[in-house]
Amino acid sequence: MKSLTNRSKLVVNKQMTFMERIYLPVIAKGMLVTLKHFFRKSVTIRYPEVKRLFAAAYRGLHVLKKDENGAERCTACGLCALSCPAEAITMTAAERQPGEEHLYKEEKYASMYEINMLRCIFCGLCEEACPKEAIFLTNEELAPSVYDRKDLIFGKDKLVEKEHNPNGKVRGGGPLTERLYHG
Amino acid sequence: MTIDIIFKLILIASIFGLSLVTAMYSTLAERKFAGFFQDRLGPDRAGPYGLFQPLADGLKLLTKEEIIPESANTFLFLAGPSLAMLTACMTSAVIPWGTYIEVDGHKLPLQVADINVGILFVFGVVSLGVYGVMIGGWASNNKFSLLGAIRGASQNISYEISMGLSIIALVMITGSLSMREITDQQSGFHGMNWYVIKQPLGFLIFLICSFAETNRTPFDLPECETELVGGYHTEYSSMKLGFYLFAEYINMFISSAVMATLYFGGYNFPFMHDLGLSQNVVAMLGVGALFIKILLFIFFFMWVRWTVPRFRYDQLMRLGWQVLIPLAILNIIITGGVVLFFQ
Ligand code: SF4
Ligand code: SF4
Repeated sequence: MKSLTNRSKLVVNKQMTFMERIYLPVIAKGMLVTLKHFFRKSVTIRYPEVKRLFAAAYRGLHVLKKDENGAERCTACGLCALSCPAEAITMTAAERQPGEEHLYKEEKYASMYEINMLRCIFCGLCEEACPKEAIFLTNEELAPSVYDRKDLIFGKDKLVEKEHNPNGKVRGGGPLTERLYHG
Repeated sequence: MTIDIIFKLILIASIFGLSLVTAMYSTLAERKFAGFFQDRLGPDRAGPYGLFQPLADGLKLLTKEEIIPESANTFLFLAGPSLAMLTACMTSAVIPWGTYIEVDGHKLPLQVADINVGILFVFGVVSLGVYGVMIGGWASNNKFSLLGAIRGASQNISYEISMGLSIIALVMITGSLSMREITDQQSGFHGMNWYVIKQPLGFLIFLICSFAETNRTPFDLPECETELVGGYHTEYSSMKLGFYLFAEYINMFISSAVMATLYFGGYNFPFMHDLGLSQNVVAMLGVGALFIKILLFIFFFMWVRWTVPRFRYDQLMRLGWQVLIPLAILNIIITGGVVLFFQ
């Protein structure tokens, strides 16, 4: 019968040769191999101190971007919430008052914007849906572990970036090979 | 007289302490080396380089809940690990740790008891050790424990035979059963007249058998996790489990010491008599030399453990009965012939 993968191997009941049957030469060979590994540099990344960079396309924690003037880009259109398959996003819209132009880019903004990290499946559809390039999934951070499930509902305080950052975040960023670890 | 007794007490306490500390840090070394052999780091969080890890492990074992199974025989269940620990600590009494030191003109040998049948004593105590495994495994009233215990018993008995036979060849050369005398005989040729040169085959057999006697990979069938859960200590928890594991490391330390003493010159080190140092300094250096040999052996034990997979049970028995015992007898015959020839 022809196999599906071409990778199947016929089992042979091979008798051990005399050299193999006295064990010691093969054991000595094996011990040389392990000794080589003993002096090899370990591949461990010492986690909390050293973190491994995620792949450029990694979908991690969300960020709500600001524009070059430091104003929030989100206009509370609700498209991200609509596109979200996990129904993780909820928001309340508000109208921008005169004098708040430096805070909000558009005339309408989200006064409350929450992502439930327990529901989110990090699919990135919100990012794709957003017409204002306001929401992105970073490739730097994961949703943290917490003691209380309530702490995993992220509001604007956690989502909005602190100041305008033109190249920070944004997936598909810098090449991964340059610097594998940062710590 | 009093100085002798006081010295003996100090010696006993320090040897006891030393074997415990060595065993303690063997557990750390084992995990560290396992890491290195597998391109990892091993435990390194408790203290610098993970040096406090044994303390943390011990504390953890002490504070764990103690469970004695309802259907277990309580007395024997407790006797098992105690016996394992006791026999593990007893052997160190006859091992000569160094020549002697001189205090006020008193000659104080660095050995607790120089009995003239030292090797026999070691063998007796080592064979007692299997009772710890047996009793513990039987008293647990658990099939896995019982199977592990039976395996341990049959394995120890099989390998003790070839171990004893390999020693007989050695005794034929030395003409003595006293550990100290055997060590002293190896001090010739600038302290390098080691018996491993005269008895390479005997040493090899002894080495293989000591792997079996200490229940270490590739002969760790009594506690093989893949088939028997935990083997004879499946039902044990808390410090009783700790005693079993700890006894294994003390056993390893002691067998390393026995091998170093019988075959690798014990406290003899190259050029020990040519340096012109005072007796006390030479004695101390000798203790150091013995410990270096012991540590190298312990490293070897671990090196083998992280290289060789476990033997199958039938392979183990075949190796013991059909290979090692005939080889050991052959070794005796050859040794006898050579001894006769040179007489
Ligand atoms: S990543 Fe996917 S699941 Fe998470 S909020 Fe965006 S759309 Fe919803
Ligand atoms: S993040 Fe984008 S898609 Fe979502 S409400 Fe704001 S502007 Fe609309």
